[in-house]
Amino acid sequence: MSTPIPPAIELCSLAKSFGELQVLRSIDLKVTQGEVVCIIGPSGSGKSTLLRCVNLLETPTGGQVLIDGIDITDPHSDIDEIRTRIGMVFQQFNLFPHLDVAGNLTIAQRRVLKRSRIESNDKAVSVLKRVGLSDKLHSYPRQLSGGQQQRVAIARALASDPEMMLFDEPTSALDPELVGEVLDVMRGLAEAGMTMLVVTHEMGFARRVADRVVFMDGGLIVEEGPPDQVIGDPQHERTKRFLEQVFER
Amino acid sequence: MTEGHVGVDGIRPPRQTAGMSKRRKAQLRRWAIYVATLVVIAVVVLSADWAKLQSVFLDPQIFRDLFPEIITIAAKNTVILAIFAFSGGLVLGLALALMRLSSVKPYRWAALAYIEFFRGIPALLTLILVGFVLPIALQVRIKQILPFLGDYGTPAVGLAIVAAAYLAETIRGGIEAVPKGQMEAARSLGMTNSQALRSIIIPQAFRVMIPPLTNEFVLLVKDTSLVFVLGVSASSQDLAFFSRAAVQDTLSGTPFIAAALIYLAITLPLTAVSRQLEKRSGDYTSGRKKRAAVAAAEANALEPGGIEPGNFGQAGMPGGNFR
Repeated sequence: MSTPIPPAIELCSLAKSFGELQVLRSIDLKVTQGEVVCIIGPSGSGKSTLLRCVNLLETPTGGQVLIDGIDITDPHSDIDEIRTRIGMVFQQFNLFPHLDVAGNLTIAQRRVLKRSRIESNDKAVSVLKRVGLSDKLHSYPRQLSGGQQQRVAIARALASDPEMMLFDEPTSALDPELVGEVLDVMRGLAEAGMTMLVVTHEMGFARRVADRVVFMDGGLIVEEGPPDQVIGDPQHERTKRFLEQVFER
Repeated sequence: MTEGHVGVDGIRPPRQTAGMSKRRKAQLRRWAIYVATLVVIAVVVLSADWAKLQSVFLDPQIFRDLFPEIITIAAKNTVILAIFAFSGGLVLGLALALMRLSSVKPYRWAALAYIEFFRGIPALLTLILVGFVLPIALQVRIKQILPFLGDYGTPAVGLAIVAAAYLAETIRGGIEAVPKGQMEAARSLGMTNSQALRSIIIPQAFRVMIPPLTNEFVLLVKDTSLVFVLGVSASSQDLAFFSRAAVQDTLSGTPFIAAALIYLAITLPLTAVSRQLEKRSGDYTSGRKKRAAVAAAEANALEPGGIEPGNFGQAGMPGGNFR
């Protein structure tokens, strides 16, 4: 490669086993800056594990993970610093229940980025506005709906000014009528040029927003390409079967 | 079913054997118990010598003579000792709990050995260890190591050592009750393991732990009655010892009643507060998680290897199986 800018995320023969169980076999994947990549696939295919290897919430058992060209599987890399560049949004939101929204949005800014109280508060207000919840600054997570909680979780990740965002089935725990508001926020982020790696079952979102769709099964990438190709005209038998089952519902 | 019908095997249907329904029998049994209880109470009330009992247990003159020393010396010593021992036990217990949750095996083993040892031997023996074995056999004197604690030093350290063993299991239960996603969310924001523990995990754990911690404190208040074994001076008497001495002086049961009332005045409000807090702590913690934590804490259950070992070496602190 002669490109001067390394890809935001690069996975080289990534493998992960839990004991005997091989969840990721050999994954090669590149996400360039500003790209939106959606990972689809049946449950148990290793999608979430792949995502969690990107910021080392799971320790790979083989291969490399490069963030901005830095190999974070190297034990000498500063993983805490790298993680501040990678926002992560979880299926279960994982907001901090003992802190109000302002606290959730400022704690990492204060503790990790050492921003001042005023600076981190200003940032909290601006990211909260971005997810459309300006009036919730002093609410506690338990007082919010699932959709609102997930938007706060997105805002919390954004508050650290990440270069890229990981989404681990961000709408799977939501009531159907609350899915839209979260997807809208994510689409807004994509349009603003955020690098995004999204594990999702929302085919409509993947088709409209993704630059590239990756279909995984059995710990391997089976097929990848533009959404219209992978979702609209899948080549592999396994992909076809999966999509048939998804759209039959 | 026909009335009086005889079953196939020649046994009558059970309903008819006693000539009355099961419910009726249960009612009768209950009444029999009530009557028996009343008879026992009546016998006790009638046969008791109330005037004698009052003079023995509620002698107003003896009661008055206990003051102010019973408060200014005895109750004060008991409360201060309990607070010192609890504070020390909490710090040591937190360290032990973190060791128990560590991914470093020797830390887990050492903490487990400590906990098992000091929970397994009588608190009295631990006090003897600190008060006699250390100074006599090893020339270690708590009073010289922690001079700012004064006379409280030796008994407080002894009780703290015991309390730490129990508190460690309570704290571990509380930390384990915090969902795993909380640590992951904190780490994904770039926090170090210890930052995440301090700002995210421990604050949540402590809220769940307030009721069991209150119970531990109540137990500790009562355990202060053991410190007499270390020797007692006029100014270092605890409530139980003070009452024993007063009973011997006055040949009356009144000091016992007075001491019991003061213990209750300390412990009952605490358990009441703890019950209130327990009701309210469901605010954000799901009932299931909270119950799990409380159950773990109360049972002080011992399950070796509570957390999966990982490569989480750094400070040997608990965390996920990630760096």
